[in-house]
Amino acid sequence: MIKYIGRRLLMMIPVMLGVVLLVFSMMYFSPGNPEDYILGDMATIEDKEAFREEHGLNDPFLVQYFNYLIHALQGDLGTSYTTKLPVWDEIMERFPTTFKLAVFSTFIAIVIGVSTGIISAVKQYSIWDNISRFIAIIGVSMPTFWEGLMLIILFSVILRWLPSSGFSTWRHWILPAITIGTHSASSVMRMTRSSMLEAIRQDYIRTAMAKGQKYSVVIWKHAFRNATIPVMTIIGLQFGRMLGGSAISEIVFSIPGLGNLIINAIKVKNAPLVQGGILFMAVVMSLINLLVDVLYAYVDPRIRSQYVSNKAKRKNPVAEEKAKEGV
Amino acid sequence: MAENEKPKAVLARKSQLKDIIHRFMKNKAAVLGFVIIIVLVICALFPAQIAGPDYTEQNLRNRYQPSSSEHILGTDELGRDMFTRIVWGSRTSLTIGLASIMLACSLGVTIGLIAGYYGKTVDNILMRIIDVLMAVPNVLLGISIVAALGNSTRVLVLAIGLGSMPAFARVTRSAVIMVREMEYIEAARATGASDGRIMWKYILPNSLAPIIVQVSMGLATSILTISGLSFIGLGVPAPTPEWGSMLSSGRAVIRDYPHIILYPGIAIMLSVFAFNLFGDGLRDALDPRLKT
Repeated sequence: MIKYIGRRLLMMIPVMLGVVLLVFSMMYFSPGNPEDYILGDMATIEDKEAFREEHGLNDPFLVQYFNYLIHALQGDLGTSYTTKLPVWDEIMERFPTTFKLAVFSTFIAIVIGVSTGIISAVKQYSIWDNISRFIAIIGVSMPTFWEGLMLIILFSVILRWLPSSGFSTWRHWILPAITIGTHSASSVMRMTRSSMLEAIRQDYIRTAMAKGQKYSVVIWKHAFRNATIPVMTIIGLQFGRMLGGSAISEIVFSIPGLGNLIINAIKVKNAPLVQGGILFMAVVMSLINLLVDVLYAYVDPRIRSQYVSNKAKRKNPVAEEKAKEGV
Repeated sequence: MAENEKPKAVLARKSQLKDIIHRFMKNKAAVLGFVIIIVLVICALFPAQIAGPDYTEQNLRNRYQPSSSEHILGTDELGRDMFTRIVWGSRTSLTIGLASIMLACSLGVTIGLIAGYYGKTVDNILMRIIDVLMAVPNVLLGISIVAALGNSTRVLVLAIGLGSMPAFARVTRSAVIMVREMEYIEAARATGASDGRIMWKYILPNSLAPIIVQVSMGLATSILTISGLSFIGLGVPAPTPEWGSMLSSGRAVIRDYPHIILYPGIAIMLSVFAFNLFGDGLRDALDPRLKT
């Protein structure tokens, strides 16, 4: 297992180098100079030249790219042009907010998505199944920022139950978490339903029913356990997307998260912050994908057996046999 | 006897396409999606005939009007008719959506086809490039490209197309990996067909089903992305009517005039909903084994 994790971490390196190259090139070759955005119209040509010199902007592309890479490998993502603070500090200041929002939203997505997905599958083609499938497809189709605005109108303007922006108390988190969570719940519901339907049709479910096992035990212990892998995959993907893609929702609810920070940085061409922020998000998303893959082994003994080392396999011939069969 | 055999013979003659259409038409939700798409396409093709030619006509005395017989969906912050702008907005969304998906499809399918067919090193290199694009959140990739190159329709097509391309590459690659092992591919190779001919003539046509479904799903996603980019001011430049920018301009006054954001949002939702239903229906019709 450790070998597998190590290999996956090594495979991340070229992808991250590619991400840096992609974002770096876009910022480098885009028209407009950062000094114009950051120093404003009042700055003299000397001031602008000093700014370019200070930030190494007069160096050729490759020199700038490799300088950035060398510093990034040492944990230095540069200094924000606007606040003069280290990019890492700026990211760390905003990331907990985005992370907390993603955790709350994922919780909502799991509770709604998994429960309705299971009920839909168990009662396939019933009125409940049809209604929840219809709501799920509506949920996937709604732009999150519009859903957020509609929730603000309902709960903040008409009912006056919840605040519409900010993040200081727990009440501030409810609307954004519902907005992002319900959107993901639709995808989780659809995946849970289809993988549960597949699991329910298996022979071992028929066997469990035939031996007189309680229906709820068959559904939870036999079917759901075998349907968790695709559900976990979609939850992991959705969690990664929430970290990176909830930027627009952060704008709607005026939440000072990482996405909001990067969007503002892009608008003023604050290259170090954009590169650092996107690189950070890419690393976090890749680590989440890796974590999901490792969790597969935790929930599924068949996958776990594939990671058993050769030495252990020799000690345990049954595990070796199973790994060979790929079960 | 002859009469008993007739249905079998008819079934045998029935083409695969007819079979797919038959299965599709049996799916009511998919047909609903198809009907909404037809309405959208008609709106996009003939907006002037449906809603009037001038979507920029302002009347500052008539700002934020609610629905009335004169303005079915009311007016916006400049007194422009919302219905006219929403109908014209369908042209913007569909044009950019279609163009970006065509770009994503042509690039993604080519990469997926080559990666899946050649495998090994070629596959590894191409898939790592795809991984790079997938590692950057779609919204941020789009925003970076638009911020770098300026917000014009062409740049939007590029930004959304590049963001959607990895999904096409992955879908095509997995379909190609299955098809390349088929006996008819071996037969084609035995007859001396070149790699290019095998890929484009034999493998691609047999891998089309998931790609077609991806086109529909991709269109839904790209309509959402266009509106998202426009919402934060990086989409289609004014005064071109676009649903996301209509939402954005109405955001400041939602407390007093909620109708400003209600209708453009419904327009986005309905179109995405239609492409999702259509895509789901197509998937079930093209490959009934996937139906759940």
